[in-house]
Amino acid sequence: MPPASLNLRALIVSLGLLAAFLLAWQIGTSGLAKTEAMDPEYAALMGTSATTGKSAMPGPLDVAATIWGHLKNPFYDRGPNDKGLGIQLAYSIGRVALGYGLAVLVAIPIGFLIGMSPLMSRALDPYIQILKPVSPLAWMPLALFTIKDSGLSAIFVIFICSLWPMLINTAFGVSGTRKEWINVSRTLEVGPLRRAFTVILPAAAPTILTGMRISIGIAWLVIVAAEMLVGGTGIGYFVWNEWNNLSITNVITSILLIGLVGMILDQLLARAQRLVTFPE
Amino acid sequence: MNALIPFPARRAMRPAELPEPGRMSSDKFISIEGIARRYPAPGGKQTTVFENLWLPMRRGEFVCMIGHSGCGKTTVLNILAGLEAPSEGVVIADGKAIEGPSLDRAVIFQGHALLPWRTVLGNVAYAVSSRWRKASRAEIEERARRAIALVGLAGSEHKRPAELSGGMKQRVGIARALSIEPKMLLMDEPFSALDALTRGTLQDEVRRICVETGQTVFMITHDVDESIYLADRIVLMTNGPGAKVAEIVENPLPKDRTRTGLHRQPGYYALRNHLIDFLVSRSKTLRDESPPGYDQRHPPVVRLTLTEADAAAAALG
Repeated sequence: MPPASLNLRALIVSLGLLAAFLLAWQIGTSGLAKTEAMDPEYAALMGTSATTGKSAMPGPLDVAATIWGHLKNPFYDRGPNDKGLGIQLAYSIGRVALGYGLAVLVAIPIGFLIGMSPLMSRALDPYIQILKPVSPLAWMPLALFTIKDSGLSAIFVIFICSLWPMLINTAFGVSGTRKEWINVSRTLEVGPLRRAFTVILPAAAPTILTGMRISIGIAWLVIVAAEMLVGGTGIGYFVWNEWNNLSITNVITSILLIGLVGMILDQLLARAQRLVTFPE
Repeated sequence: MNALIPFPARRAMRPAELPEPGRMSSDKFISIEGIARRYPAPGGKQTTVFENLWLPMRRGEFVCMIGHSGCGKTTVLNILAGLEAPSEGVVIADGKAIEGPSLDRAVIFQGHALLPWRTVLGNVAYAVSSRWRKASRAEIEERARRAIALVGLAGSEHKRPAELSGGMKQRVGIARALSIEPKMLLMDEPFSALDALTRGTLQDEVRRICVETGQTVFMITHDVDESIYLADRIVLMTNGPGAKVAEIVENPLPKDRTRTGLHRQPGYYALRNHLIDFLVSRSKTLRDESPPGYDQRHPPVVRLTLTEADAAAAALG
């Protein structure tokens, strides 16, 4: 029998690991703990975990039921504290799109400037070096104070955290454009603007897209934390709200969804990256 | 004035203009006049790669420059291309001082320098559209296709450089340079990265194209046989730093020479031995000690007499 393809074997191992994990989870959360006889009123106060030995941690079947419930009706809106997961995710994705989009508009031109001008590169370097390591959430109070709008502040935080990887990668890609390609355009008397679009941009595009991919990953990490702080809407707010509701099933559901959306965003940029990558 | 005449007409005129070999023409198409190149060296000193370099070139002439690494050959070519400025002196091209790169002088780079994200057609069309800014798409593609066909790559227009062999890439580089119908071609060791077989066929192509179109060419090479086959005159550079033009050797071989029959031509061995002797020893001794009467403005022009080996070869042929 010929060996199955690597993909198929990997899939089998993946599914096996999933099954083992779900099984361990199910066993770990099923009612195996000891229960004591207690006063019925006290038992009512203590809840099922004390009376029946059932763990407070939901099992995989509970989570599956919750996910199914959310999937059936993702876009309902019953007031500020009860919105469908689809709506919450849409808010988060919207904020990321706005903040990230603004960062693209700022980072790529400035990155070009830094990459093409050794003077600007050296002049701006200290600022970039100091601002880059600052946790984006540290900007939040300043943003709230100056912008005076929590929604816009969250977008600003996404903007500031998406900025640096794109800025640095654009500058790196632009300055690394092969000298001979620049010389080709010079001998053809191509003007600076046309050269930027026909030689430097395509040459730097793979590096720029790498920066954009890193940025979208960071932006999606940060939006959850930012929304926990600003509250109101969004998947981050939802997670924190459900923690306050002690709804662990909803928290676990959110974790899965956050991971899924993050993966999709990354894959979209990976695809874009493949489009601009050229073999040498 | 020449620029006003449409290109095909200029082409047709060229063979008549070609001077007889050995006769100094007053038509100085390119004139290198006393150029120098210096780099700052540690300790506040300066390294002079070459200085007071003079070299005239006629229209329609194929000039090869030979010398060891470090003698500034590539710098001379870059100055001719306008990519670098000389520290001193000027280069006059077609009556005007070179002040920057120009579409009149096309460069064929050593490492082909194709844009890898463009197809063969895209690379050549990029040059064509830079030369004729207002041309229609159809006209640009038509000119690009003609240039690609000229180097024998018809059918590969939509391949990307990564899909081509080294020889094919360099053909695209040649097509790109020819597509803009330059007044002069500058080649920096264009075939040095290729295997011997490919190099031979490409030398044939270049010779065919240059003889047919009367192209003015300046080429840098390390390969003595390449220079004998292609060049009308061979410029010998002494070693650097402080390099100078030791002499200019006129190629006595007939215009209709072939690459495979080269070694049967009378004068071939004399020329080859002279060039090899130069590279082996005289390139160093001539730098350290100039011969009496040496004038940098008018480097000695050498025409060789036949050796016994040549006479024997001629008798056999």
